[in-house]
Amino acid sequence: MKVIQIDKSELEAGLGKLEKAFRLIGPVKEKGYHLFKTLDSGQKPDLDYMNTRLSARSILYPQSEVMFEFSLDKADEQYAILREPEKDSQPRAVIGIRPCDADAYAVVRRNFDTPEYKDPYWLKNFEATTLVGLACSTPCPTCFCTSAVSGPFSDKNLDIMLVDNGDHYLARIATEKGEKLAADAGWQRPAEGAENRIEDLKLAAEAKIQSEISTDNLANQSLNDLYEAEAAIWEPEAFACINCGTCTHACPTCWCFDVQDETYGKSGFRMRNWDSCMYPLFSLHASGHNPRGTKTARVRQRFMHKLKYYVDKFEQGIQCTGCGRCVRLCPVNIDIRRICNKMNSYDPETCSCAVTS
Amino acid sequence: MIPRHVAVQSRRDRIKGVIVHNPYLPYPVRIDEITVETEDKSLKTFKFVFLNPGDEDNFAYRAGQFAELSIAGLGEIPIGIASSPTEKGFVKFTVFKTGKVTSYLHAMKEGDVMGVRGPMGNSYPWDLLEGKNVVIIGGGFAFTTLRSSIVHMLHPDNRSKFKDIHVIYGARSPGMLLYKDELMAWAERDDIHMHITVDGTDDPDWKYHKGFVPAITEQEAPPGTADTYAIVCGPPIMIKFTQPVLDKLGYGHDQIIMSLENRMKCGIGICGHCNIGKELVCKDGPVFTLEELNKTPKEY
Repeated sequence: MKVIQIDKSELEAGLGKLEKAFRLIGPVKEKGYHLFKTLDSGQKPDLDYMNTRLSARSILYPQSEVMFEFSLDKADEQYAILREPEKDSQPRAVIGIRPCDADAYAVVRRNFDTPEYKDPYWLKNFEATTLVGLACSTPCPTCFCTSAVSGPFSDKNLDIMLVDNGDHYLARIATEKGEKLAADAGWQRPAEGAENRIEDLKLAAEAKIQSEISTDNLANQSLNDLYEAEAAIWEPEAFACINCGTCTHACPTCWCFDVQDETYGKSGFRMRNWDSCMYPLFSLHASGHNPRGTKTARVRQRFMHKLKYYVDKFEQGIQCTGCGRCVRLCPVNIDIRRICNKMNSYDPETCSCAVTS
Repeated sequence: MIPRHVAVQSRRDRIKGVIVHNPYLPYPVRIDEITVETEDKSLKTFKFVFLNPGDEDNFAYRAGQFAELSIAGLGEIPIGIASSPTEKGFVKFTVFKTGKVTSYLHAMKEGDVMGVRGPMGNSYPWDLLEGKNVVIIGGGFAFTTLRSSIVHMLHPDNRSKFKDIHVIYGARSPGMLLYKDELMAWAERDDIHMHITVDGTDDPDWKYHKGFVPAITEQEAPPGTADTYAIVCGPPIMIKFTQPVLDKLGYGHDQIIMSLENRMKCGIGICGHCNIGKELVCKDGPVFTLEELNKTPKEY
């Protein structure tokens, strides 16, 4: 892997060159919070930020998206027949995505890209996107990426990783996509001996992560034992939950969606919208029966899915990159770190958890 | 899954240079025939024909699979396939009127155009059932994929693959039985043991059983030997009282096969709605053995 040096003063000029070939997306501060937006021509991404309030999920998987369009005009030859709309297939580059959000793409890809079925919307967006990540030198207090499936300098799912090194970035180019983008931007200057410097900064950043979770025993636990741990885990954890769904909407690895048809006069669209397992409607049958009819059942579903079902199904670790957003944003302080440690240390013999914080 | 061959241009797409189809896009179909199945008119069978040549072949299915019925402007519903793979030229679904899409569907007319997306799910385990006795136990309107299975097994090409076939099927009253003409015709055959029952009737000419499905199962079902499998579909209350009977008859939990329903959207294991533990009812199911279900949370 090649490391180049990009002076901060030449970043803007490089991005300007990229505008011809890429739609640029980057963190922008709006109303007090950072979020990912398509940058206007000449607009700079704000790389002086901790993390965006919502994850980068929507870049590949919009919160609301047209799947199909159709005519409801009976005179139309194609009446009621669904067809795919034109989609933007232009190459795009995300400048400044954090490693946790990029690693989340690898986590959700296992859901959208299976041997049997390919989700064309997610995959086409993924393929059109080049990820220029920004390593975290100053993690948030709620970050626990090093013990989830990520890390402040994790670049296993980045095309280029930028590392802030004072007046310049060290840029480690990991893929062909990254090579192409760097060439298009005119970023070519080799940085000699930079690997050692990156390693030092990485260790310093990892040392700043203040919290960690234990996941080593999750795969060994019995699924039904954890499911049935109402008294030790689910009842107390769900007690304060208001099923608001904030955690699921902020999460970079939540992928569930609803499908709804919308009509406007004689035209219509089949849409997909992010859904949340926190909502009763998520599992409600047409008969009125609801297999997850209580909030405790729904809270259990969220954490069992991320920390047990996903672990057992894919055998690639947990469905969480430790970005800490759900911890920061939960209005009642439900903390996935505490729940994970409880699940990991649960003893079905005594129906208790050795670790409760 | 049966591999599907992509034939129609509009379904093609390229991901990493490889042609794939959009698995969310329904096949356009025309409603060819609508049959009212029950005296309360709450169940109708819709016979669809595919509008585009080639789509019927792409829709190659096995008994026990389901599909999403799609109505533009309303949405999709997952429904078990009631026709059999041995019946060509159409595909049939029997639909209970219960929600938004099914209510609209019940008001649609022959000739109307809509969509079918599938087939989906794993089907009954036909490879495993070859050379075995098959006992089909159904109740109420959960008889649709069981009809598909019976027609499939009785087909001259297939009948010799199975040993004894028993069918125990019950409904509240004679007028609530699905596929009544076919039931009566099967009852006249000597290669299938039909045990039709109703909860009650005052029809003096009723010549079949009276009584609940679990009781008739206890009277009529063959004992659970190593090469006997039961497929059980019905309302939860019927399943609850049938299982102890099957236990008593000696059926192992790996010989009791069930088909589940859950709220679904995509039908292909992606949208996340229908999971029971780590299994997705739409893709890993809807057919599970009782042994498998014993290992999952009861979220269905």
